[in-house]
Amino acid sequence: MMREILDLSLEHLGLVGMSLAIAIAIALPAGIAVTRRPGPRRWALGLAGVMQTVPSLALFGFLIPLPLVGGIGKQTAVVALVLYALLPIVRNTVTGILGVDPAVRESAIAMGMTPRQMLRQVELPLAARTILAGVRIATVTTIGTATIAAAIGGGGLGVFIFRGVASVDTTQILAGAVPAAAIALLADGGLGWIERRLSPA
Amino acid sequence: MIPIVSFRNVSYSAGGRAILRDFSLEIQAGETLVLLGRSGSGKTTALKMVNALLRPSGGEVWVEGKRTAEWDPIRLRRRIGYVIQDVGLFPHFTVAENVGLVPKIEGWEPERVQSRVEDLLRQVGLDPGQFAARYPRQLSGGQRQRVGVARALAADPPLLLFDEPFGALDPVTRLEAQRLFLQLRRQLGKSAIFVTHDVREALLLATRVGVLKDGRLETLAEPDRLLEARGGEVEAFLGCLEWKGEPA
Repeated sequence: MMREILDLSLEHLGLVGMSLAIAIAIALPAGIAVTRRPGPRRWALGLAGVMQTVPSLALFGFLIPLPLVGGIGKQTAVVALVLYALLPIVRNTVTGILGVDPAVRESAIAMGMTPRQMLRQVELPLAARTILAGVRIATVTTIGTATIAAAIGGGGLGVFIFRGVASVDTTQILAGAVPAAAIALLADGGLGWIERRLSPA
Repeated sequence: MIPIVSFRNVSYSAGGRAILRDFSLEIQAGETLVLLGRSGSGKTTALKMVNALLRPSGGEVWVEGKRTAEWDPIRLRRRIGYVIQDVGLFPHFTVAENVGLVPKIEGWEPERVQSRVEDLLRQVGLDPGQFAARYPRQLSGGQRQRVGVARALAADPPLLLFDEPFGALDPVTRLEAQRLFLQLRRQLGKSAIFVTHDVREALLLATRVGVLKDGRLETLAEPDRLLEARGGEVEAFLGCLEWKGEPA
């Protein structure tokens, strides 16, 4: 049992890590890109918001029949988890950058900073805490949602939970739920610690 | 001699409202031109056209013999110091990093940036040993504005723009800041356009004062002449100096 808990925990972490890496790689540039364009910004935030309202089990189910991203297994699970993780990261990126003091922004422009210099030296550093808070929310949610991946053959700690539900075996359910909760708490604490250490704006 | 800045029949409107109308004015090298007016008179709008933060709806603004539309805005802005009421120091940069920013992005050697920063801090009356490593939140309002002035002077620009820079300071600190301004002008001989709604400040700092009303330049005169002027917005402003309250 212990051996299996460890294996499935590692598989779970793999799913979560992969999904978050992809979500950040999409959401951060997308958030930056829509910051200065109010029209696309509403679209992007709206779309990402809709993704989150779809019940997670249903989203996994919807993806199965789709070509390329669909099917049974890890790949489909990662796609679904990425879609869930996008919103908090995009939203916090936009909020963080738009939240930079207008006087600071005006000074940066008036000093002759290029848009790129302004982004790297002013906007992103000042938005870092807010962006990281978004990543933290996405991480904790993904760790929980990833347990449902087992329903479509994605593996992870959800395997215990589904098995336990099917056989009415509380021990099995706990073997999945307790490690998942522990991982979520650790991730939350760790990211929260980094967040506090970033210089306050 | 070519004026350092000239406004030629400049107009500006936003949201269907005319903010500046047929505004023409020349600023000569070395002078401090103060634009005096009430809130909404168009003085800040005029100022922001000089460093291309705003573009005129009609007419042209010339800086150093070239239309602002022809200037690369980045190059233009690095030749113009800009000081605003809210200062706008970068909260995540130290005082030294704030002051040294423009020299640094202009590609100066780190040692040269550092010695420049130390010189500038001394010039604005801040001891580099004590202040260079501080963050803006560790400074008083007056100290912050001194850092703002040092930052504007960093790349030795020929022209400086001031947008009510001392408006948020208490009267005693404001007077110190105004003294510093006059002292720096004697030492450096820069050209400056200075926006304020404080008539006392205008008379104290200006070589010439332009009075704006509803987007038009109503009066343009040296401070001594302005004191003799009568009628319109000038008299309204001078009245602020003379009024001692109603007799009891």
